[in-house]
Amino acid sequence: MDKTANHKAWFFVLPVLMLVAFNAIIPLMTVVNYSVQETFGDNNFFWAGVLWFEEVLRSERFHASLGRQLFFTFSILAIEVPLGVAIALAMPRKGIWVSVCLVLMAMPLLIPWNVVGAIWNIFALPNIGLLGQMLNGLGIDYNFTRQPGDAWFTLITMDVWHWTSLVVLLAYAGLASIPEAYYQAAKIDGASSWAIFRYIQLPKMKRVLTIAVLLRFMDSFNIYTEPFVLTGGGPGNSTTLLSIDLVKVALGQFDLGPAAAMSLIYFLVILLLSWVFYTLMMRGEEQ
Amino acid sequence: MSLELKQVTKIIGADTHIYPTSLTLQRGGINILLGTTLAGKTTLMQLMAGLERPTAGEIWFDGKNVTGTPVQQRNVSMVYQQFINYPNFTVFDNIASPLRVAGLDGTEINKRVKQVAELLKISTMLERRPSELSGGQQQRTAMARALVKDSDLILLDEPLANLDFKLREELREELPRLFAERNCIVVYATTEPAEALQFAGHTAALHEGRVTQFGPTGDIYRRPIDLTSARVLSEPPINIAKVIKRGTQFVLTDNVKWRAPKGLSKLADGDYTIGIRPHHVSPAKSSSKNLPIEGTVQVAELSGSESIIHFNAYGNAWVSLSHGVHPFMAGEQATLYADIDRCLYFDADKRLIVN
Repeated sequence: MDKTANHKAWFFVLPVLMLVAFNAIIPLMTVVNYSVQETFGDNNFFWAGVLWFEEVLRSERFHASLGRQLFFTFSILAIEVPLGVAIALAMPRKGIWVSVCLVLMAMPLLIPWNVVGAIWNIFALPNIGLLGQMLNGLGIDYNFTRQPGDAWFTLITMDVWHWTSLVVLLAYAGLASIPEAYYQAAKIDGASSWAIFRYIQLPKMKRVLTIAVLLRFMDSFNIYTEPFVLTGGGPGNSTTLLSIDLVKVALGQFDLGPAAAMSLIYFLVILLLSWVFYTLMMRGEEQ
Repeated sequence: MSLELKQVTKIIGADTHIYPTSLTLQRGGINILLGTTLAGKTTLMQLMAGLERPTAGEIWFDGKNVTGTPVQQRNVSMVYQQFINYPNFTVFDNIASPLRVAGLDGTEINKRVKQVAELLKISTMLERRPSELSGGQQQRTAMARALVKDSDLILLDEPLANLDFKLREELREELPRLFAERNCIVVYATTEPAEALQFAGHTAALHEGRVTQFGPTGDIYRRPIDLTSARVLSEPPINIAKVIKRGTQFVLTDNVKWRAPKGLSKLADGDYTIGIRPHHVSPAKSSSKNLPIEGTVQVAELSGSESIIHFNAYGNAWVSLSHGVHPFMAGEQATLYADIDRCLYFDADKRLIVN
């Protein structure tokens, strides 16, 4: 590999570097700054070393939030990815229904996140909401503001409703890029529809599905607005996900040091898990 | 062994893709479907394979009516323009896939895959995946998959079109040998007349959903029944000009005329059309009987050791294809020489007049 040394090229990268520095690196560094110091107001800071990190990593409260977060993320991935692929497979390939389906699918993605939370909050209220009334009318004791199980059910259902479309759209795009000849060739071979899915459609969708899983993983791990509006982390702490807990520590208790340490750990967990996902899914595609 | 199409028609919506077509293809040699894009080659192949059902007409194989038989029960294989392989199978598993569906035992599969891989020169790549192969190797794998299962009918739909020049030449030379000893009917679709001529065999000239002519490739080339077939068989396009027969002479313009060949001297006076293939028009005079054509050069391209000269003369666009390098400037006045003995004459209905 020959690389030409061209130092002028750095000037072209500079604007982007500055932009990234302002909107990502500098804020991140202030967080790093907070995470290693103790503060008593009046802008008095004292060096604290790794004290906050130790505290956070030993805290049972953090373990519980992280556990809830992992449970939430893996539940919605386990539902949204297979469901999204199934819907994409069932969607028509040509004709006027294609655009109708695509627009319908895109709808939930267009709604602001806090509105999604509000819609589901009202929709699921046990006494006046359509869903709550219906479930109770069927004899199911449903109350998401009181019973943790019901709160989780509502939270996951809401996320599935909101975000499965993204997986559908990506998977559909992947399917649409498979030439018709592949299906014909499989038909000539006498391949079953399962074999077509397993050996043609799935491998051909692999790249877009990797993107879908990564996006859904990162977004769901960062989720804040919808559960905040829907349950506010309750009942009790039962749906307090990492981001909600973080806000409680940072703004509720104004513990800047521990909150900063928690943010960094949170960030590293996402980074690590994203890398693991990417590596696992891209295994065997060296080039 | 024969494949017989009886008045096969395909209509999709308001469009007729294939007009009633009757064709009998035999085993031995390659059967070529020659025509431009959208001529109906692919549709015709899909009908032959059973991937599509004809709107009307019947398809018979070996004396049996197979019109309604789905493709899975027909024992056909097909190779496409795109390189179609299972993306996450190795080359071995790709080639073996039709045999596995057929339920052959492991040792037999192993033997046959090795054999066909040897034939297609991909024995050293059996453990790789398609994404690790060059285009030519991917297409060889796809061909191996088509050859491995002893089909009764092998359809190749422009298999070389997506390959670069060298690989195309290489595979084109190997192809006739690959199919020579097989007990099956081979159908090969192409847009290139040169490919058809190289493979010999039989050619069906296709134009806008109609088979205009079918027969041994050489015969069709020498004696196209009409102007359409002549066009399908010529690349660059055949030069066409309107002429008038007056007495013993054909007249292109007042100062370009020539004596009618013997067989045509009794032809009635009137309007006719002539066709002269580009390689029968040359910047160099080869015989005193050559017809000089004076025109204005539009473009002169050099392609390897050949010159392609586009020029305008007597209100027609002409093309000359000749050996050697003949540099011309655009806009230059030039005289080119047509070998008028090789000229094809067509009557008012654009049918060939045999002399």
